[in-house]
Amino acid sequence: MATAEEVAAQDFSTIVQTHRPQIFRFLLASTRDLDLAETLTQECFLKAHRNWSGFRGDSSAMTWLMRIAINLQKDHWRNRRMQFWRLTQTNSVDLDEASEWLSSGERSAEQKMLAKEQVGRVWQAVKGLSERQRTVFLLRYVEEQELSEIARATGLSEGTVKAHLSRALAKVRAEMGRKQ
Amino acid sequence: MSTKDFGDRENAFDQPTGGTELEVQEAALKQVLADFRSSVHAWSDSALSRPRPVSSAAPHRIWRRALGWALGCVLVVGGVSGGIYERHHQQQMARIAAARQVQQQRLVAEQHAREEEDLLAKVDSDVSREVPSAMEPLARLMAEDETR
Repeated sequence: MATAEEVAAQDFSTIVQTHRPQIFRFLLASTRDLDLAETLTQECFLKAHRNWSGFRGDSSAMTWLMRIAINLQKDHWRNRRMQFWRLTQTNSVDLDEASEWLSSGERSAEQKMLAKEQVGRVWQAVKGLSERQRTVFLLRYVEEQELSEIARATGLSEGTVKAHLSRALAKVRAEMGRKQ
Repeated sequence: MSTKDFGDRENAFDQPTGGTELEVQEAALKQVLADFRSSVHAWSDSALSRPRPVSSAAPHRIWRRALGWALGCVLVVGGVSGGIYERHHQQQMARIAAARQVQQQRLVAEQHAREEEDLLAKVDSDVSREVPSAMEPLARLMAEDETR
């Protein structure tokens, strides 16, 4: 992980190049909407650029960016809820489509089918998670962040992060067990 | 990622009885989560490298938003002008009704006045026919004197 001084010295374009895929991936997994994920990623970096001079390097640039992305995502859903006259449907892809993206690797066709089905169940469970549970779950199991990093990005205590993660996993387990 | 990363066991769906079964389940869950992770990564990588039809998507959204605003404006303007028209129409109708009532009252009053006038004229003529003129006895006396 880069130190605060190193991060502060980095050019902003390097920050964008380095962290854009991860921010986009998190937003894509959170929303399952390509256009929305792209828009929110752009907004995230725009906001980061505006506040770049104020970034003190207390946390890593990634954590700082992730925090912005989480807040943007939260604001987006809050605004959507307020705009009750808008279409309730989103452009989110359905769960089957989301589980299509599985590398075949060394697996047989049957194993691949099974893996795809199980990934679909995880998506189903993720869909049923609360906003916080989903964020914590995705940061842990998709972005492979440490609990302390997740706590910094979400502004929650480590204990709360653990509790959310535990509940999220319980729901994933339940989903896996329910349909087996 | 170690097995303890998968959360507290008390929150699990099924409580396994044996240690081996638990390990098998945890390993299966670990594999599923790894598959989930790799599928999200593959999807995201593919989405990032895809050509983005910005020019076709953006105007579509802009047009839809503009259409929404236009429809909203039409509805608001229509509603407001409809309300104003309705209010104006009601006021006009009330004014016409009031004018009609005033006219009717005027006609009735005229009728009454005409009737009263006719009655007075009739009374006047009747009285003048039946009651002698105030100077009539004097005139008669004068006429009698002349004949004498």
